[in-house]
Amino acid sequence: MSEDIYREIILDHYRNPRNKGRISDADVSFHDSNPLCGDEIDIHLKVEDNIVKDIKFEGRGCAISQASASMLTEMVMNKPLTSVKELGKDDILENIGLVNLGPARIKCALLSLKVLKMSMVEYYASKDPESAQEIREGSRLY
Amino acid sequence: MLQSSTIDVEKIRQDFPILHRRIKGGHKLIYLDNAATTQKPRTVIDSISNYYMNYNSNIHRAVHQLAEEATFAYEEVRQKVAKLVNARSADEIVFTRNATESINLIARCWARQHLTKSDEVLITEIEHHSNIVPWQLVTGEVGASLDYLGVGDEGRIDIEEFAQKIHDPNLKLVSVSQMSNVLGTILPVKEMTKLAHEVNVPIMIDAAQSVPHMKVDVQDLDCDFMAFSAHKMLGPTGVGILYAKREFLEKMPPFIGGGDMIKEVHKQNTSFNDLPYKFEAGTPNIADVIGFGAAIDYLNDLGFENIREHEMQITEYALERMNEIQGITIYGPPIVNERGAVISFNLGDIHPHDLATILNDFGIAMRSGHHCAQVLMERLDVSATSRVSFYVYNSKDEVNILIDALQSARRLFGL
Repeated sequence: MSEDIYREIILDHYRNPRNKGRISDADVSFHDSNPLCGDEIDIHLKVEDNIVKDIKFEGRGCAISQASASMLTEMVMNKPLTSVKELGKDDILENIGLVNLGPARIKCALLSLKVLKMSMVEYYASKDPESAQEIREGSRLY
Repeated sequence: MLQSSTIDVEKIRQDFPILHRRIKGGHKLIYLDNAATTQKPRTVIDSISNYYMNYNSNIHRAVHQLAEEATFAYEEVRQKVAKLVNARSADEIVFTRNATESINLIARCWARQHLTKSDEVLITEIEHHSNIVPWQLVTGEVGASLDYLGVGDEGRIDIEEFAQKIHDPNLKLVSVSQMSNVLGTILPVKEMTKLAHEVNVPIMIDAAQSVPHMKVDVQDLDCDFMAFSAHKMLGPTGVGILYAKREFLEKMPPFIGGGDMIKEVHKQNTSFNDLPYKFEAGTPNIADVIGFGAAIDYLNDLGFENIREHEMQITEYALERMNEIQGITIYGPPIVNERGAVISFNLGDIHPHDLATILNDFGIAMRSGHHCAQVLMERLDVSATSRVSFYVYNSKDEVNILIDALQSARRLFGL
């Protein structure tokens, strides 16, 4: 069970997070936390031509939340916002290889996607309110 | 080691049906989350179903036999509660939904009436959110301030500092826990009450963690208000207790309005019922109050001195074994006499939620997180801790499995 969860790849991303830090000239940043667990994630986003030019995260919390954030940044780097917009719960769980995560821990895994979506909401807020609203609705992952 | 206790854990375990279920992977349940809620013995469960099967009725009004039996059973529990904490009279015992509601009742019906703009309420950094937020709400409403007594590194409060703080002329109320739900620290509430009364300030005690585990005597403490919950002492959820001295209850306005709390209702005005019914509007949680009566009987049969003795032994053993684990940080007072059966800790840099997931594979139910005490977490400079908490049905064998599980987590995370 927990050996399945805490596989090498999760522990590796937890111990050596990718794209961790800030972006000094980020277009948008967003912060959120899991009120029950206390996991925290900040996402900083740099967008050019509707492509994720750079993404960095800051955070603290459990291995699942932090590894999931690290893996998410690799997943969306240099990808068009239109495809990032489509990402859902299952994409994340497959990406981190934890499709059978229980209801208590699933929030840990999905926090970073929620924060990424909310930072896109901010990004689109003035440019394209309709997309912003659509993404906001898609950000309710749990 | 302390002497062996008179609590027969194996015999007790037979009385708790849930302790015989298995957790995923076929493991025996090792329930170490008793500070959150405790399990229920068969007598409690049976007393609730017996009420519904044999004498379910609303209380206090009808004259038929079922109502008479239900009213008697409900009021008999009020007597048991009064005796449990040694209240002068059962009129000083109000049933609420939980300890949180009991504290809110005092915030609404006493503090809201007496606080003005320049006044102050004093609590401590150790408090559960339920003894913080009601005071934030009420002080916020009237523009009064909320002050905190600090907590030392080992989770103790400084009684000298308290003695100084209460001389603030604006201080109108003190509210403190008797036992910390995170650190287990037992606070010197009797001394604090004495000091508060010297300057004529009333004191509320949040006894949610203490009444289940040790003999608590409201007359000996001389506190003015006390809150606790049935579900943390083998009883059902949905039953809280407020103890308040009669002279306060008599002067306080009702909490919520409705049936049962009235004497006479006219178109424009109402006269309120006698104590304690003035504070119990609407049909109460009859079945669960009756269940709580069975829980009190069960605990009385074991004896609170024996319970405390057993918990000190298991806590001492757990502290000793846990201290052997490399990389562990244990919070709270190191001396078992100064603490309840609650141990908060962190293991290396393993996040408590990860640790709880790993321990669950051993059948261990352990709490992880901020334990509704974020002010204390900030003070300890941690975002979360793991917490094990014991009760009458926990054994040293279970502690041994806990230690194995913690060692296994260390290996998994490469500590």
